Amino acid sequence: MKKLLLFLLVALVYAAHQDVWNWRRPGPMVFGFLPIGLAYHAAYSIAAAVMMAILVRFAWPKGLAEREASSSQPPPPHS
Amino acid sequence: MIPVVVILVYLAVIAVVGGVAWRRGRENTEDFFLASRSVGPIFFFLSIFATNMTAFAILGSSGQAYRQGIGIYGLMASSSCFVIPLTLFFIGTRLWAIGKKFGHQTQVAFFRDRWECNHIGTVIFALSAAMLVPYMIISIMGGGTVLADISASPETHQPIIPYAWGCAIVAVVVTLNVFLGGMRGTVWVNILQTTLFLCFGAVAVAVISHALPLGFGDYMQKLAADPKTRFLVTRDRMPPQTFWSYTLIPLSSIMFPHMAIMCFSARRVSAFKQTVVAYPIAIMAIWLPCVFLGVLGFAALGKIPDPDGVLLRMLQSYAPVWLAGLLGAGIISAVMGSDAHQVLALSTMFTRDVFAHYGGHEKFGERRSVHFARGFIVVVTIIAYLVALALKEKQGIFEIAIRYAFSGFAAMAPVMVAALFWRRSTKWGALAATIFVAASLIATGFLQGKPAPAPAPPAAAKPSTNTLATAAVPTNNPPYLAATNAPPSKPASAAPAAAKPKEDIIWQIGHGADAVRVLSRAPNGDVRFLNGYMTVFPMVLGSIFCVVLFSLATPPPSRETIAKYFDS
Repeated sequence: MKKLLLFLLVALVYAAHQDVWNWRRPGPMVFGFLPIGLAYHAAYSIAAAVMMAILVRFAWPKGLAEREASSSQPPPPHS
Repeated sequence: MIPVVVILVYLAVIAVVGGVAWRRGRENTEDFFLASRSVGPIFFFLSIFATNMTAFAILGSSGQAYRQGIGIYGLMASSSCFVIPLTLFFIGTRLWAIGKKFGHQTQVAFFRDRWECNHIGTVIFALSAAMLVPYMIISIMGGGTVLADISASPETHQPIIPYAWGCAIVAVVVTLNVFLGGMRGTVWVNILQTTLFLCFGAVAVAVISHALPLGFGDYMQKLAADPKTRFLVTRDRMPPQTFWSYTLIPLSSIMFPHMAIMCFSARRVSAFKQTVVAYPIAIMAIWLPCVFLGVLGFAALGKIPDPDGVLLRMLQSYAPVWLAGLLGAGIISAVMGSDAHQVLALSTMFTRDVFAHYGGHEKFGERRSVHFARGFIVVVTIIAYLVALALKEKQGIFEIAIRYAFSGFAAMAPVMVAALFWRRSTKWGALAATIFVAASLIATGFLQGKPAPAPAPPAAAKPSTNTLATAAVPTNNPPYLAATNAPPSKPASAAPAAAKPKEDIIWQIGHGADAVRVLSRAPNGDVRFLNGYMTVFPMVLGSIFCVVLFSLATPPPSRETIAKYFDS
């Protein structure tokens, strides 16, 4: 269930990038000077950061955490 | 003169940092190429960000915003905000873990071991190196151009630092930094570089807002109210197919050798946690002010001959001279930050994937391998410098090569995904995808190089109403540029108007309104697929198809190898 929700989150954020509703309209100007299309994508950048924070919190691979614990040991010789 | 002094001081600092890193270094390849896999979280974020940012993030973004409007941010920046952190999260962390466990220093070393192959790895190496070299050359060209532009006298327009000297300065400083400091020196310098260009945008917006005669909102309203300039605050002239296709381009990021090699250098995998969250914010911190100032530049300055210089002109008109110096240092930072990583990545690849793989390491040992790497750095930079001088007038060829390199690396991403996540994938699947990508690049280059069809006869004499097109004559297109459907430049207000360039249809199915343009060339020469999608779309699809089909048709790697890379 958790995986499905996270997948939906990523799919939703991806879909939100294609903001066809902002394509042809310049306003309203956010903060009085930012065209809506630019303000939307600036907010989208923040949303992408939030999405990544959620993935880090809930989808961080378990195997990597184990490797983290042993990462102070020197690596074996090159293959 | 002040900007030149600021830049020269900055360059001297970079060379000194390389020297300090040299004293800290050890004479083995893992230390030289990966700083002994010891890069901490803050340094890792700042460095991987600098690796991926070129001068285009500052100059090109504002220049493109001047030409095409605010849509450039969504097209290039916010798509990167979504895709690049995801690739670092899913691919970068796995690369780090595999490097840590098995000692791999390059992607090719991983592919060779993962798929039990030898020469196929060499083929992947050859394609990667071929796509990276033009990028490195144009970095030096860009550095020379920027130093010449910034040092030009406002009265005579003669540069204090001519192009050839500018290229030489950038090449020497990058070589010193990489030759002496290796990955450690490069990472240390990135701290200064990333801080500089992260701060630049906010400072520029704040300073310019105080000096402008009108408020920001007034300029934006003015652009929105005029039908001729309304497209600058909308996406009226940006085809949705281009906008969607572009979301595939940032897949290239993790496949660039210098980005992948950076992933091997982190001390702990937790460094990726902060990086993937901070990355979109950092992109926004650079791109948002630059795109906004580019559009604002159109409203405040009107038509200018070189749109890529719009930011510089805004600063010259509305900011104190020290800020132009800061801008110069910021741009040179972006040029040299990525260039240093490209030179180091090429050196790492040649030393590990060719020299060491074919017996050099056993014969000459670790210490000599580092000497080979240093020698390679000097030779490759000298060659790049000479090419930058000899082919200055042919810069466009390298720019086209880089545009295709982005598509090529993006299309190689399925190979990496298969190696990391699909245990049934085989070396033949990887080879098929690599050959497909190389063939697609050659075919696209051939189609792009074909002479354009003769335009239709001129229409009745009529002044051009396309203020954007009449304003812009792009001369120095950085990476990513013109991979859009930007209207081609025209001579200023020519009357009678020249014939409008047509789309060149190469392959069409059906006729009339229902026709599907399978393959065509946009007026600017870019090849388009299925009614206007960028070539990266079929290339990524084809690469996935090749990996899957040829992997299923050929025997998988041995159970031992699969067990080595995958948990049961």
